Amino acid sequence: MIQKMYDWVDERLNITPMWRDLADHEVPEHVNPAHHFSAFVYCFGGLTFFITVIQILSGMFLTMYYVPDIINAYESVNYLQNQVAFGTIVRGMHHWGASLVIVMMFLHTLRVFFTGSYKKPREMNWVVGMLIFFVMLGLGFTGYLLPWDNKAYFATKVGMQIADTVPIIGPYAKTLLQGGSIVGAQTLARFFAIHVFFLPAALLALLGGHFIMIRAQGISGPL
Amino acid sequence: MAKHEKDATFVGDSRIRAKRIPNIAPSYSEYPGKSEPFWPNFLLKEWMVAAVCLLGFLVLTVSAAPELTGKANPNNTSFIPVPDWYFLFLYQMLKYPWAAGDWVVLGTVIIPGLAFGALILAPWLDRGKERRAFRRPVATWIMLVTLVGVFYLTWAANEEHEKSLASNGGGGGGAGAPAAAADPNFKAGELWAAQQNCQNCHGVNMEGSAAAPNLQKVGAELNADQIADIIKNGKDGKMPPGMFQGSDEELTKLAEYLASLK
Repeated sequence: MIQKMYDWVDERLNITPMWRDLADHEVPEHVNPAHHFSAFVYCFGGLTFFITVIQILSGMFLTMYYVPDIINAYESVNYLQNQVAFGTIVRGMHHWGASLVIVMMFLHTLRVFFTGSYKKPREMNWVVGMLIFFVMLGLGFTGYLLPWDNKAYFATKVGMQIADTVPIIGPYAKTLLQGGSIVGAQTLARFFAIHVFFLPAALLALLGGHFIMIRAQGISGPL
Repeated sequence: MAKHEKDATFVGDSRIRAKRIPNIAPSYSEYPGKSEPFWPNFLLKEWMVAAVCLLGFLVLTVSAAPELTGKANPNNTSFIPVPDWYFLFLYQMLKYPWAAGDWVVLGTVIIPGLAFGALILAPWLDRGKERRAFRRPVATWIMLVTLVGVFYLTWAANEEHEKSLASNGGGGGGAGAPAAAADPNFKAGELWAAQQNCQNCHGVNMEGSAAAPNLQKVGAELNADQIADIIKNGKDGKMPPGMFQGSDEELTKLAEYLASLK
């Protein structure tokens, strides 16, 4: 049955080459922790992606309750955390996942650095990886404001003051992010839009590039 | 456009060839070492690693609920701002005199710009063919020293933050009435536990803070009506009005509970 459905689609779209591209590549011995335990350092990239997927899923569930305006944002988070069944788990996963993704990405970056895997021909993939790093930091910064509690509010206020000190572009960047002269209703709306639409779109595009390049070049050889 | 053979046949009027490619995994026996196919052998192992990590993640999530402080109040002057931990090393740098005031550009642009710029340009700064870390000591040492710096700054920022939290909580400066000595064994009732906003300034067990007085014996000074009035309308411009969450009935109950504390 499934074979027939596959054949039906394959006849029309020729998906076998795509499927073989995706699934069909060898995993060399030196990255396989089953053969060399120290190869667990090669797991960090995959784990970063795994936690990113958790972040996307838990974030989608958070938006079912979250209301991005200054009157209701705090109340909606408070309600989710204290009233909704398992709400504290959903918020907890997104909260701790945000830290874990940074940790995993940091470890992955160090693995790539110390194994010299960024060298020719993988320069472009290193640059894309660094851009992913910056997008993740941006997600962390914008997401921190969204609960609209004192911790979020004052951290963002300080962040804006720091942005303001950058010569020439600083004041413009501050106005763009803040949407006015104070951290207020506009800021929350903008941070929400950036956190939920702009940066995830950039992240998915960069991740796609990252993975296509890995597929095209293969993983770096043993040291 | 792909090259089309003259006699190639296609599915309908599409560009999909009628001749199908068999879906057979190649053998990796010719690859060096113990290579194995990604699908399904290695993916299964990856999933096992992921499952172990997920378990740890869930244990962390269940054991430590994420913090939610009081609702953002721009007039709260006693709150000590702190960024999320992974920004602390950048934040800490700005506290040193050589990267603050007139030199703040050094801390906000030049040093982070050089560090992250060098990181992103690493493939062109370190062009040698050698990949082993100990055979390219310059790159390795720069990275190690930077890492030590980042860890130190993060640690120092955390240390400083905890110190300022302690002095802020213990000093009691800025509170309207001199805070009565907090009783560490005092346990607030359920009515109080439901009020996030009150706890934010007056503390989880009414011990008070720099921003607000201790309420553990508030009934000795005020009666229920006076307390209800303060909850509704605020006090001295320091306590904001309308922080109470709930019905009027619940407010009366809370006021009566507070008045009973002597």
